[in-house]
Amino acid sequence: MSAVKTGGAGRLVAQQRGRPADALFRFATAACASIVLILLAGMLIRTTIAAWPAFRHEGIGLVTSNNWNPNTNSFGGLSFIYGTLVISVIALILGVPTSILIALYVSEVAPPRLGTPLGWVIDLLAAVPSVVYGLWGVFVLVPFLTNDVWTPLSKSGFPLFSPLASGRDFATAGVILALMIIPIISAICREVFRTVPADERESALALGSTRWEMIKLAVLPRSRPGIIAAVMLGFGRAVGETIAVAYLIGGVPNKITDDLFSQGSSIAANIALQFNEAASLPLFKAALIGLGVVLFIMTLIINVTARAIIHRRGQAA
Amino acid sequence: MVGAMIFAVLLAVVPLCLILADVIAKGIHGLSVSFLTQPEPFVATLTGGGFGAGVRGTIKMVALGTIVSVPIGVLAAVYLSEYQPRGVLATTVRFFSEVMTGIPSIFVGIFVFTVVVLETHSFSSWAGGLALGILMLPVIVRTSEEALRLVPETLREASLALGVRRWRTIMSVILPTALPGITTGALLAVARAAGETAPLLLTAFGNTLLVPWTSWNAPEASLTLQIFTDSRSPFPAQQARAWTGALVLIAGVLILSLVARAVISRRAGLGRR
Repeated sequence: MSAVKTGGAGRLVAQQRGRPADALFRFATAACASIVLILLAGMLIRTTIAAWPAFRHEGIGLVTSNNWNPNTNSFGGLSFIYGTLVISVIALILGVPTSILIALYVSEVAPPRLGTPLGWVIDLLAAVPSVVYGLWGVFVLVPFLTNDVWTPLSKSGFPLFSPLASGRDFATAGVILALMIIPIISAICREVFRTVPADERESALALGSTRWEMIKLAVLPRSRPGIIAAVMLGFGRAVGETIAVAYLIGGVPNKITDDLFSQGSSIAANIALQFNEAASLPLFKAALIGLGVVLFIMTLIINVTARAIIHRRGQAA
Repeated sequence: MVGAMIFAVLLAVVPLCLILADVIAKGIHGLSVSFLTQPEPFVATLTGGGFGAGVRGTIKMVALGTIVSVPIGVLAAVYLSEYQPRGVLATTVRFFSEVMTGIPSIFVGIFVFTVVVLETHSFSSWAGGLALGILMLPVIVRTSEEALRLVPETLREASLALGVRRWRTIMSVILPTALPGITTGALLAVARAAGETAPLLLTAFGNTLLVPWTSWNAPEASLTLQIFTDSRSPFPAQQARAWTGALVLIAGVLILSLVARAVISRRAGLGRR
């Protein structure tokens, strides 16, 4: 019996000689790895069970009916789904072009001596806790936006902006979310741009392209799947953000309106804001947990799709 | 076009600078040792006192989260990188631990609420710590696996050629070599956990009183929960404490992130320890 054999990945592996320690250790690591999967499945099952009274009471109305009134045991949460999507879309509209331009500047245009530290600084935005975004948003961003941006916009007569700007509304929540997803999207875009082969850039430049034409011809087309995945991960983050939105969206249920200066609420923010009230009311509590399950499934779909795109490209991100 | 790019960079950098400047400007005058150790005054609208309860709660719960998630996460990463890197289990776990980093933290709070708080009929520090541990786990798995993959193949072969058992090789050769990378990942996870509010709202709940270090069954504050509560108060004394709390939190989180970077940049001597 030889002392070593070649393992699956071409590695040299010691021959198993029936010593229990090796098998036990391997089993322990496999068990720990499985915990990730067990946790995810357990989370879905346990919360669904806890939310079951609400699903039975409201049925599909939990997500299709726009009537959220705990006093009458009406738990139609459509307005929260609407609010979540509206603020996330605002965040993407503001955040995606900004993130791509930042990533292009950092990885393609700026000299490395400037680009590398700039990348770190942008990454710091991701390290700021969301409660600080919320605090800063309420005391600094809201007064600024209300006085200097929203009021002039509301006087412009543009249909999406009503004359009354309270400052805690869909638009403000969208702005803070944009700030929070910029570091995520731009970091992944930077990685994606880095994987574009040098010879493709060089051939574009050799054909007489300017730097911008080279970006348009070589960098962006090759990076499209990666950019889409980055945008989806940013979208997932925006959909799930709780505290900063709870501060800034107003927290008013049942608002489905095309007025971006209206107060409203999102799924996550509503769970955070109403959980205390629901403590002694079983059906209310189950309905909030049910909203959580809806949120979980939304973000699960978004994240699985984004990761699948990244893996198909064989990139690490 | 370069002009638009620079404008985009400013759109991100200027708010970051403003956030840091505002937190420092509005928080610095409340900063003192007693802010870090004393609870809020009995009448919360008075000035004085501090977020001692929250500082202690954050340290306790993040520590519990670390103790729960680091061993499990590192062992899981060992399986992913050392045993069957291309196997079905490893591929699935790797994929879903990436997916898990994108799960909203409030949902993890809901899960721990249904499993712990509903069963024990009480909000508690250990429920909060458990929620933080679940949030840290996928981060630890991913960063530890990356660190383990950077260990040179020659080290594994040398150890195995000397007749050292596989588990001994992992414990005394591979893991020590990967330690700086694993530490970086753990520090980043700790920084992330310390900044979490939403999951703690449903598990630790919050408390204005100091909970003893050894007591884990009562509702407990965290720095983030105290910032959240006090900043929504109309009283200036509470708002001021919220800003100082934000300064403490952001300083802690940024220092952890910088230390994590410093650890990883010293990894140049890898394999020559």
